[in-house]
Amino acid sequence: MRVGLFITCFNDTLFPGVGKATVAVLERLGVEVDFPAAQTCCGQMHFNSGYRAACVPLVRHFADVFAGYEAVVTPSASCAAMVRHHHGTVDPDVTVPPVYELTEFLVDVLGVIDVGAYFPHTVALHRTCHSLRLLRIGDRPDRLLSAVDGLELVELRAPAECCGFGGTFSVKNCDTSVAMGNDKVEDVLGTGAEVLASADTSCLMHLGGLLSRRGSPVRTMHLAEILAATR
Amino acid sequence: MSTPTFLGMPPFPSTAREALKDGQLRANLGRATATIRDKRLRAIGELPDWEALRETGAAIKDDVLARLPELLLQLEANVTRAGGTVHWARDAADANRIVADIVKRHEATEVVKVKSMATQEIELNAALEDEGIDVWETDLAELIVQLGHDLPSHILVPAIHRNRTEIRDIFLREMAAAGRPAPVDLTDEPAALAEAARLHLREKFLRARVAVSGGNFAVADTGTIVVLESEGNGRMCLTLPEVLVTVLGIEKLVPTWADLEVFLQLLPRSSTAERMNPYTSMWTGVTPGDGPQEFHLVLLDNGRTGTLADPVGRQALRCIRCSACLNVCPVYARTGGRAYGSAYPGPIGAILTPQLRGINQHRVDEQTASLPFASSLCGACFDACPVRIDIPEVLVHLRAKVVEQQHGHLGERALMAAAGATFARPGRLAAAERFGGALLGGARRLRLRGPGWVHAWFGARDLTPPARESFRTWWRKRVH
Repeated sequence: MRVGLFITCFNDTLFPGVGKATVAVLERLGVEVDFPAAQTCCGQMHFNSGYRAACVPLVRHFADVFAGYEAVVTPSASCAAMVRHHHGTVDPDVTVPPVYELTEFLVDVLGVIDVGAYFPHTVALHRTCHSLRLLRIGDRPDRLLSAVDGLELVELRAPAECCGFGGTFSVKNCDTSVAMGNDKVEDVLGTGAEVLASADTSCLMHLGGLLSRRGSPVRTMHLAEILAATR
Repeated sequence: MSTPTFLGMPPFPSTAREALKDGQLRANLGRATATIRDKRLRAIGELPDWEALRETGAAIKDDVLARLPELLLQLEANVTRAGGTVHWARDAADANRIVADIVKRHEATEVVKVKSMATQEIELNAALEDEGIDVWETDLAELIVQLGHDLPSHILVPAIHRNRTEIRDIFLREMAAAGRPAPVDLTDEPAALAEAARLHLREKFLRARVAVSGGNFAVADTGTIVVLESEGNGRMCLTLPEVLVTVLGIEKLVPTWADLEVFLQLLPRSSTAERMNPYTSMWTGVTPGDGPQEFHLVLLDNGRTGTLADPVGRQALRCIRCSACLNVCPVYARTGGRAYGSAYPGPIGAILTPQLRGINQHRVDEQTASLPFASSLCGACFDACPVRIDIPEVLVHLRAKVVEQQHGHLGERALMAAAGATFARPGRLAAAERFGGALLGGARRLRLRGPGWVHAWFGARDLTPPARESFRTWWRKRVH
């Protein structure tokens, strides 16, 4: 099977390791990965911030770039949700390609739970709002992580609660964003986890920034990076 | 008694910052919302057809909104036929004048009130006080807010920001000036506080000649008004005084009596997490010899027609004021309701208030413009809403209006334009990535100092720097 990888502008620029890990997992499972180099951004920041006009060319560009792919895979629940739920709102004439968040693609399309990973660490999962409430990916990340050799998965006290990132909310309402983030960080620290994992690096950048400011040794990792790890 | 007002409050980020400093407020709110959240989940979990009920509730309300003129005229005809008088109020000033005139015509100097969001919205209490009329809130939490010279912070539990010790102090300090004083040995036991309120209110119920209420529902095909409450204070106000004035938003209609079946399941389970609320009062006009002998229904527009004009935003008018969205909102749980600067706080307030204040028709003030941004778009509110209002969808829709109205500082507009231009061409994005990577790629983490958005991020957080080598560069090297 051949898929188009939508890396997202965020991961491309800030977290290229997540893209490399996504490629590693997919190729290990026999998927042929293609990276259309003309891709840029799904337009989520513009859309969610009210810059609707600026969003239109990005949405059209996305459709052009990924036209013809049987499936598009992305290591971002948030950007997958943007394409799936909002590209048609921004431009009703655009043909929205089938975009899967990575765990959806692994579990639903490939039917794989055990991806052959080895990661001997205690991991807390931040479920991310867009995973839960826009994509409804449910326990797919849990199932994938639970099948990882050596991994111990611990549950947060308030697993469904927002971390407070929220895109430009994180700066427009920075005090509230930080208050929410610090509560999430306390929750994570309370579990004793070594690693905080999530399907979105945007949440992790926010939470990682708070952890880093505290000098905490807890690492933030995208799910793909854990699933790519082997002996 | 002087009534504070939401008017003139600063934009949400400032009020939120102040509220976040109040550790007592956050503790009170966190505890209260967590409790009611869990209870609500249990209450709705009992109903196997909860999702179908939500869809039905939304469909009935959408039908009402589509046929509003016809249904309002039907309601007016049926209320009038049953001996009531219907008044039409275009805005808050209209409605307040109508109510004040009724009270003055009866030479009454005071009114007792049933908890009502519509009268909060139009700030009726302040308007009546300006006319020399004493207004007594009789809902326990509204009483606490009123005695505390405070503003409500929750639709259902207006004093949610207060704990019982604070309430005891307010009662001891303030009750005497408003009527029967609190017992000097008042404790902060809930039963003792309730008893003090009961005794304080009882003399007002028995004395007042005019009552003012809102309404949860109005049934068009019978002319019946419905009020749901928990304390029995509503039943007192709705039955004892000679004159009853009900202020009702025009969207509060249901077409038929049978439609109540849906909402009387949706509302209690969503609001108080009860299968059924303790008191449901229903009345149709005037019944000779029983209850108020004069009934006035004030139908309030106050921005609702303007809200109805927007195809996306109008779903906010489905709201049945249950406050489930407040209780699940992580922003509300930390800032409290007063930060929203409106009678309608929380997620529903963030989409309803700007529309009632005319955002669909004209440029709004800065405080109003800040409300659609008071959300991380986490979506918990949509999941909780019993009438399926897609609050995040409306928030984003209203943000676009705010941007169109040229709110927001120039820096943000420039940044968005620059980002748009960069994303328009893959070559530009690649160049930006190379530039950022070369400049900052060596750092393990960024910690910057600066004004505005720089401080907004870096005040409490570090930042991941751009990678030395972007993914697309890595991919190109890998393939070739």
